Amino acid sequence: MFAYHLRLALLSLRRTPVVSLLMIVAVGLGIGVCMTMLSVYALMAGDPIPEKSDVLYAVQLDNWSPDRPFGEPNEPPRSLTWRDSLALLERTPAGIPRTVTVGTGFVVEVPGAQDVRPEIVTARAASVDFFSMFQVPFIHGSAWSASHDADGAPVIVLSRALNERLFGGEDSVGRELRIGNDLLRVVGVIDHWQPTPRFYDLSVGAFADTDEAFVPIALFDRHQQDWGGVSGSINCWQAPPAEGVFHSECVFAQFWVELPDETAVADYRAFLDAYVNEQKKLGRFARPLNNRLSDVNTWLDVNEVVQDDNSVLLGLSFMFLAVCLLNTVGLLLAKFLGRAGDVGVRRALGASRTRVFGQHLVEVGLLGALGGLLGLALAWAGLLGVRRLYVDYERVAHLNAELVAIAVGLAIAAGLAAGLYPAWRICRIQPATSLKTQ
Amino acid sequence: MLQMKGISKVYRADVVQTSALRDFNLTVDEGEFVAVTGPSGSGKTTFLNIAGLLEAFDAGSYLLDGQDVSRLGDDARSRIRNEKIGFIFQGFNLIADLNVFDNVDVPLRYRGFRAAERAQRIQRALELVGLASRGKHLPSQLSGGQQQRVAIARALAGEPRFLLADEPTGNLDSVMARQVMELLEEINGRGTTIIMVTHDPELARRARRNVHMLDGQVTDFTEFEAAIRVRETRAAAGA
Ligand SMILES: Nc1ncnc2c1ncn2[C@@H]1O[C@H](COP(=O)(O)OP(=O)(O)OP(=O)(O)O)[C@@H](O)[C@H]1O
Ligand SMILES: [Mg+2]
Repeated sequence: MFAYHLRLALLSLRRTPVVSLLMIVAVGLGIGVCMTMLSVYALMAGDPIPEKSDVLYAVQLDNWSPDRPFGEPNEPPRSLTWRDSLALLERTPAGIPRTVTVGTGFVVEVPGAQDVRPEIVTARAASVDFFSMFQVPFIHGSAWSASHDADGAPVIVLSRALNERLFGGEDSVGRELRIGNDLLRVVGVIDHWQPTPRFYDLSVGAFADTDEAFVPIALFDRHQQDWGGVSGSINCWQAPPAEGVFHSECVFAQFWVELPDETAVADYRAFLDAYVNEQKKLGRFARPLNNRLSDVNTWLDVNEVVQDDNSVLLGLSFMFLAVCLLNTVGLLLAKFLGRAGDVGVRRALGASRTRVFGQHLVEVGLLGALGGLLGLALAWAGLLGVRRLYVDYERVAHLNAELVAIAVGLAIAAGLAAGLYPAWRICRIQPATSLKTQ
Repeated sequence: MLQMKGISKVYRADVVQTSALRDFNLTVDEGEFVAVTGPSGSGKTTFLNIAGLLEAFDAGSYLLDGQDVSRLGDDARSRIRNEKIGFIFQGFNLIADLNVFDNVDVPLRYRGFRAAERAQRIQRALELVGLASRGKHLPSQLSGGQQQRVAIARALAGEPRFLLADEPTGNLDSVMARQVMELLEEINGRGTTIIMVTHDPELARRARRNVHMLDGQVTDFTEFEAAIRVRETRAAAGA
């Protein structure tokens, strides 16, 4: 029966090409707009590290000006000073994974390689737990050791892409790179890794690329002056001293800890309070205690990764889809009731209501599927447009298999939703009445 | 085969009520060819619609093939229409978008026959009405007589026991009307029970039995039949 109904649906499509096209376009437009917004929104609102997002906590300390908060009504800054970061890194109780991380950049060259040009890479200084806490996958080698981490040994971890550019993609563990006057030994190469949003450091945008190289925080600390310094936003409430931002109350470093449960969180909170109270005695932290621990999803909220207008746009796009569907309902009603005579004949010849209903649902499903394909094409074009308009959304704005499946599913569901009422109406047609009035 | 007792049917439209059938009684036996005549508005089509389970009635009892059909649900009624009853309508009622073959196919589809069996039945039905070569034509490419023959083929393809025809020749000229009538007689000759509504006394007389309706009731068909019989006897005697 399905094949028969599909044949009838195709026939009907060919008989009324204009109305059919209108309906397909209406569904397609609605789906296209919805999918565009939905795919942007889904990736923005997505959980970048679902297995661990509730045990990873970003730390905030309120070292801001005594006169005003960092943000209204009483928000602490979203990064830490260098000295607090290093202090917490050292003093966080044993057994609690912790990491300090800050964006940087430098010029790397492969010593002795004539054909590889030196290049500027966006890099990240981090303490070693970074890799295990954030589940960074390695293809070659591994993270540096704890002693390398403590000593600030001249070691480096490369991204897959950078390894390809510098070493043609081969296992480069043990090879050396020159940065400034230092030679750094490659200890690991990570696989493609792109948490979206890039939760671990939102200061340069939630959808920034992951970094191309990673170096120990202690090594970076020694090269405060001669490497590229901090790349990322640096916020200050008072002018930094002559020694520079690393010795100031300016904030720019991210600090994360991994806490398995509520007790651990409470203990760590107490630890932070104790630390700040101690610093208060030294004349810092003039504001009342205002330390924060935010798990990953809270952290994304705090940083307003999904802005309100994105939610509004998503809502509007669904309303637009609803309007498109209402139009389709109207067109379908007109189209179906226009063939009431034929339906009356089919009913007289023995088609049950279910059969008539099924026939029209198949037709509607077909329109929905075609509308979905059109919608997919429109969504693809729409995302292309989003990419052009907002450089920051480049990573977000692309289609994947999942979204394609959602689009087609949504289209068929939308088509069916629009078609249920007209199909129901037409299957209530009485055989006799339509046979009498020729 | 068909047994109606005390059937009544009232149409209510706003304030106006029309009694289309009033205490209608009729029994039709297997293999009969019944012609129903009567003035316009006397309830002929209403009777046919009720007989064909296209419409419900308000009171009375109706046994079709020994089965009480008054309480059946829509699905069961659809199945009986599909399996036991063939319809021929005055306006042909072919589906304009489907070609001749597919039109005849419609009731067979709902019957659930396999493709091979459907093709065979369609072929046979079209041969019977002399349109075997027109399978690919659309209804609009056929004459009125041909269209009505397609409708007859459609009604016959499922081999129903019971054929209901509402003025099957009403839209045809007299030559074509005679052809259709001959076809119906042939079908009846093979055992199919036929009830045919007609305005044409000529055609009615060719049927084996006549029922005359007036104001939603059957009026003295016995007299009418007796009159014919008398005439036939006289003719036979005179010969
Ligand atoms: N759907 C309806 N709604 C209201 N009244 C109806 C309806 N169908 C029929 N009637 C009325 O019922 C009566 C019988 O109608 P019916 O169609 O059975 O007559 P008929 O004998 O077939 O007439 P004709 O020879 O003109 O076809 C008429 O008075 C008609 O107006
Ligand atoms: Mg009539």
